[in-house]
Amino acid sequence: MKILVAVKQVAALDEDFEFRDDGRDVDPDFLIRDLNEWDDFSLEEAVKIKEASAEPVDVVAVCVGPQEADEVLRKCLAKGADRAVRIWDDAIEGSDPIAIARVLAAAAKRESPDMVFAGVQSSDQAFASTGIATAAFLDWPHAAVVSSLTYTPGAKTAVFRRELEGGVLHEVQIQCPAVLTIQLGINTPRYASLRSIKQAAAKPIDVLSLADLGLDAADVGEAGSASRVRRMYVPDKGRAQLIEGDAAAQAQRLAAIIREFKGEAA
Amino acid sequence: MSGVLVIAEQRRGELRPQSLELVTAAQVLRRGGDEVSLAILAAAPDDFVAALSVAGVDEIVTIKVAATEFDPDTFEAALGALISERKPDVVLVPHSVDSFGYAAALAATLKLGFATDVFEVRRVDGELVATRGGYGQKVAVEVDFPGRSTVLLALRGNAFKAVENGAGAPRVTVFEAPSSASRSAAREFIELPAGDDVDMTGAEFILTIGRGIGEEAKVAQFRELADAIGATLGCSRPIADAGWLPKSRQVGQSGKTASACKLYIAMGVSGAIQHLAGMKHVSTIVAVNSDAGASIFSVAKYGIVGDIFEVAEELRKCF
Repeated sequence: MKILVAVKQVAALDEDFEFRDDGRDVDPDFLIRDLNEWDDFSLEEAVKIKEASAEPVDVVAVCVGPQEADEVLRKCLAKGADRAVRIWDDAIEGSDPIAIARVLAAAAKRESPDMVFAGVQSSDQAFASTGIATAAFLDWPHAAVVSSLTYTPGAKTAVFRRELEGGVLHEVQIQCPAVLTIQLGINTPRYASLRSIKQAAAKPIDVLSLADLGLDAADVGEAGSASRVRRMYVPDKGRAQLIEGDAAAQAQRLAAIIREFKGEAA
Repeated sequence: MSGVLVIAEQRRGELRPQSLELVTAAQVLRRGGDEVSLAILAAAPDDFVAALSVAGVDEIVTIKVAATEFDPDTFEAALGALISERKPDVVLVPHSVDSFGYAAALAATLKLGFATDVFEVRRVDGELVATRGGYGQKVAVEVDFPGRSTVLLALRGNAFKAVENGAGAPRVTVFEAPSSASRSAAREFIELPAGDDVDMTGAEFILTIGRGIGEEAKVAQFRELADAIGATLGCSRPIADAGWLPKSRQVGQSGKTASACKLYIAMGVSGAIQHLAGMKHVSTIVAVNSDAGASIFSVAKYGIVGDIFEVAEELRKCF
């Protein structure tokens, strides 16, 4: 039995940052990289299922990214993934979620897992699209925003609840194998122990090229994407009026706002 | 081909409010002679015709489907057939939990131009340009769709004002969806247990805490502060997920909307788009955050860049 977990190395902006010369992205020197928060939950869900299973289950973390993405795969290995696969080719640079999904679907075909998990969205670009597009390329059943799951590896169906707007849940039964996108809060992700971090450092990461997956450059990058970035800019920060001074002065001004709201004299 | 196809959304027999926001965006994108068509998928789609007969809609397309509630395979089969037949320039859907489940699949299968969480649309020299957020909403990203004859956009809620109800007289067309076998079966809706009896929706003054509080032990300090200043204590998602406060106190898309709130103080809340969806309408928002770049400041009237614990301690002394 096998569960494939698609993970992304996301980027957050440094406090001060600059755009690239072409204005279409942030200069990579100003990006702080980490495992996507949602993927921490989907990995944990897979590891929990593995631990509860009577049958042996392999949890395989897969990431489309350059060499520095090994860092997030090591994190996944330390948190309980059995294997890690990284796919990269310079042609993948600039791919949108649809192109990334094409690569992930090809990787899933190669691995033939019983279930695929992805995060609902990424914390950086937040398309909420990669997992479901991967399902489309595989022609597999799929569901988004799964906030609880009952699944036994190898079973023909799984039952989950998707989290709707306003906190209402919708219970659904789905045929397997399927692609599910996993919501925050479905579990409590574990911390990796020092021992598991050391062990993870020794585990191999399989590195695959596009050719290994039967894809070529036209399937990815701008040619394989459904959108293209024209420009990136810092939006107007809006109307926030900053309250200056030390904490005491700031708090006094805030207290005055509260008293004004309550109709009391300041 | 041409035209704008808008996909309305319904759940449990109720039209989702975002449906009519999409009609507003459609007016921006329609070109001379273009029609705006509004499609509704439901077991009884005719029930929605009156509510969808709004100004700016030329045609309502009713699609009767077997599934009474959202189902990805049903949506993809029906909408895939409709898009392939009509070949509209633009297809608009809400950026919602339901569309998370089908929009990307349609885009992948039909080779559409595609972007989600779009909050601004325009045409530049006739070409469609969509704007969305990037890097945790700290930057705006303009995207275009070279070589794509049909573009599917999922639009952010509350980014466009809903058209007024009842002002139009569109014609009604019936679209026969191809029969499709669904690989999932909806069971039931489950309302969340309240957790505690707090009424976030009715509260006029809310003090909300976010991830910035760092640890569970700090919750008590803010609970006491909320009591002292007369505010209802709320939280953002990470606090509820960690179990530090009950889910009933979570403000945001998957929690409560601060509907009656007039003064909203957010301490240590970064301002994820899902949180903003539940509170950005509040007339007076005060954001306290150590990160001057936090997106919560983009919706706040007043901003305090500083240590939330120091500000909280000083504020406590004032009451």
